Amino acid sequence: MSLCLRVCTAASCRSRGGEDLRQALAAVAGSSTVVKGVGCLGPCSEGPLLELETASGVGHPERQLFGNLPASDPAALAALARSLRACAENPKAPAPWQPPAGQALDLNHPFFRLQRRLVLKHCGRIDPESITEALAAGIYQQLQRVLEANDPAAVIELVRRSGLRGRGGAGYPTGLKWATVAKMPGHEKVVVCNADEGDPGAFMDRTVLEGDPHTLLEGMAIAAHAVGASRGFIYVRAEYPLAIARLRQAIHQAEQQGWLGTAIAGSRFNFEIALRVGAGAYVCGEETALIQSIEGKRGMPRPRPPYPAEQGVFGLPTLINNVETFANVPALLRLGVEAYGGGTKVFSLTGDVLRTGVIEVPMGTNLRTIVETMGGGAPQGRTIKAVQTGGPSGGCVPAQQLDTPVTYESLQALGTIMGSGGMVVMDDTTNMVDIARFFMAFSREESCGKCVPCRAGTVQLDNLLCRILERRANPADLEQLESLCVMVMDTSLCGLGQSAPKPVLSTLRHFRGDYLAMLSPEATP
Amino acid sequence: MDPMTPRKRLATVWLAGCSGCHMSFLDLDEWLIELADLAEIVYSPIASDTKTFPEGVDICLVEGGVANTDNLALIQRVRANSRVLVSFGDCAITANIPGMRNMLHGADPVLRRAYLELADGSGQRPHAPGIVPELLDRVLPVHEVVPVDLYLPGCPPSAHRIRTALEPLLRGDWPELSGPELIRFG
Amino acid sequence: MSVCTLRIDERDVAIEAGSTLLQAAREAGIAIPTLCVLEGLSPVAACRLCLVEVSGSEKLLPACITPVQEGMQVHTATPRLQEIRRTVIELLFTEGNHVCAICVANGHCELQDLAVEVGMDHSRLPYRFPDRHVDLSHPLFGLDHNRCVLCTRCVRVCDEVEGAHVWDVGWRGEHCRIIAGLDEPWGAVDACTHCGKCVEVCPTGALFHKGDTSEEKHSDPGRLQALVHARHHRQWTP
Repeated sequence: MSLCLRVCTAASCRSRGGEDLRQALAAVAGSSTVVKGVGCLGPCSEGPLLELETASGVGHPERQLFGNLPASDPAALAALARSLRACAENPKAPAPWQPPAGQALDLNHPFFRLQRRLVLKHCGRIDPESITEALAAGIYQQLQRVLEANDPAAVIELVRRSGLRGRGGAGYPTGLKWATVAKMPGHEKVVVCNADEGDPGAFMDRTVLEGDPHTLLEGMAIAAHAVGASRGFIYVRAEYPLAIARLRQAIHQAEQQGWLGTAIAGSRFNFEIALRVGAGAYVCGEETALIQSIEGKRGMPRPRPPYPAEQGVFGLPTLINNVETFANVPALLRLGVEAYGGGTKVFSLTGDVLRTGVIEVPMGTNLRTIVETMGGGAPQGRTIKAVQTGGPSGGCVPAQQLDTPVTYESLQALGTIMGSGGMVVMDDTTNMVDIARFFMAFSREESCGKCVPCRAGTVQLDNLLCRILERRANPADLEQLESLCVMVMDTSLCGLGQSAPKPVLSTLRHFRGDYLAMLSPEATP
Repeated sequence: MDPMTPRKRLATVWLAGCSGCHMSFLDLDEWLIELADLAEIVYSPIASDTKTFPEGVDICLVEGGVANTDNLALIQRVRANSRVLVSFGDCAITANIPGMRNMLHGADPVLRRAYLELADGSGQRPHAPGIVPELLDRVLPVHEVVPVDLYLPGCPPSAHRIRTALEPLLRGDWPELSGPELIRFG
Repeated sequence: MSVCTLRIDERDVAIEAGSTLLQAAREAGIAIPTLCVLEGLSPVAACRLCLVEVSGSEKLLPACITPVQEGMQVHTATPRLQEIRRTVIELLFTEGNHVCAICVANGHCELQDLAVEVGMDHSRLPYRFPDRHVDLSHPLFGLDHNRCVLCTRCVRVCDEVEGAHVWDVGWRGEHCRIIAGLDEPWGAVDACTHCGKCVEVCPTGALFHKGDTSEEKHSDPGRLQALVHARHHRQWTP
């Protein structure tokens, strides 16, 4: 019987010893057993994770997932390896294998069953460090098709018809963006992938970068062909060393195999991608600041217009999309508009929820389905109070509104945003003023300092929130908090400042009681 | 002046400031004589011997920021007993020059610098509880301690500015202060 | 030359296409408060004082960089905008240490004038009293960070007009400060030509001539504009 052992070596499992596990299991590898490190397998809270695929030669291979495996105990690891070797050498049809330590996870659990994996199709399946596996899985086939057809307008039209919107947070229609850049005059254009994922509690893009970098490269190349660009940049944050290493390797492999560079796949299409590593500024996720940073300048936003589509990197027309947006493109082309349907959204589920991890669900899935059915709800004895989406630019959805479907519009109606996909669950022990203050302190720290309302306003807002938390604030302070929030939102230069007050306004809207309970009416001004 | 209209009870208070605002008040010159008809000075470092801030004050001009425990106690008494509290001059409004010690982070470094590091030979920290009031950690503008009704900026506010604010108040009207003549700092 | 006609504060204005709303408003004699913008330097739209309401736009637009459009309806002084401007000035006063009484620019300071213009007789936001420093390492000039409003006029004039690029902005957010060279003492930066343009364009007393004492600094941004104009038109005599 042949075995395929997939050990999660993405950041979360790696921090729990996933790499040690992989090395220990490598000893099991033999003629009938393959051991490989793969990208994220999903339920991070159960890591380190191992997927066992057994094929007896008849029927479909069977997959089992195991969590909480030993990682640092050599004896336990040796026992695990012995048990797996015995399983591999068992010629008969397999009884489900049981690990000597750790536990089996039910793949029929809604956490897995309710997912629809388009972006993460190959993540956790293939070895992200091997282009051979990527090619065997069909990656780069859509690029090949696009190059053979050589009809950029048709690709843009397909993207437009699909209704795909920017997955980085703002939700701008992707087809429209592509069409704008395609229409710009000039021979030199640029495609940029924004991989500066910086929201606290967000790690969707990291999952794609670490688990399936070639799909991103394919998506970028398709986009470049569609808009007529020959240069690409991936702007990735320095805090993602594993993602950076894998991207570097993937770019090198793709160049070697002719999927990047000149005359790609025998066509006349040239496209090269350079990696730019950020230096830790959240604001560089804002597209105009990101452009400045790519050019080697201080990462500060500038007013738009001109939009990057007109004047982007080095003044050239530039298409900027986020990782997940690009990674959607090959799936969209493979499935066609109809089968693609409403598409999906990748979320990183964290906080006060039983099962945390990375999931990809159909667009429009209810929040309740995600946090309760899939995530298992709040820990025992507690109840969910709110779900935070959109990070420092977003807001909180109160528990009573969990039946909201996850769409750009419905979340906006509740005073939050889809955001890039960070989803932080908070239980009833949470003080929402604390949450608002956490995000305000974040925005204060990350403000670039260019415009006055953001540079100085976030400081005053943070101080006001601290005053409330220290029970030194009176009702007039609360009034000032609200009016200053509106002022900073209305007047800041870029999206960071404009959305910095949102966590406060959203918690004030849904959890005003938390604020009122902390006021002392007698506090002097 | 209608003899039937009672004179307004006017007070002026000197907190952490240089007394320049009060000097400017004296620059009202002959109008001070008219003022005496319109107002009774019930408490003031320059025009009254009363030691305790009285009750039932109609208008109180407060010069200076809140810098020590005495200032703090007095301003609270002022607020409790004044109908219209006017922040009088930049020190009251912004903490101004006394407030420059705030950048040194607390009273202790200030006292150390002034009485020990810069002393000739035998410096010593002043310590006389009950006689010398303790410094607050920060000098605060008056409106950061108690609510303020009217602001009269300037270092000092000119006599003209003071009169433009006081005249309507004494009539029972509210002054409208704007423009460089009336609300410029410095 | 094509002309745009628009309406600003119920006044009809005709101006060359490509002009900004700020230019159009000034042409019509309508004063919009500004701080970071200075004719002759590239605009950065950072102070947000010149935000105006434009019919049909939900967002407030900075007049200094928004081009005029035919038929635009612009409001420059609604209660909402006045409230915003006062708050901006309060934010500036409270984030630095602006002690007008002892400042070289007292009486000739754009920030001080703006406070009057927006009717700021006190700050509703608390003063922060940051710990900032003074750089007196240059033989002719001084830089008092306490008085700096980070308008970056000095950065731009040194880069765009003098071509020396002595100044830049270091750090970020509330920790931002103007830096000379690679955050060196100003006097140690060889690139400085001692031209004094940065002092000339500084709206406050942050950059000053060393001999100046209170109220003695008189900036004249007009000299910069004359220089830029002369260079642009290659016309050196009036």
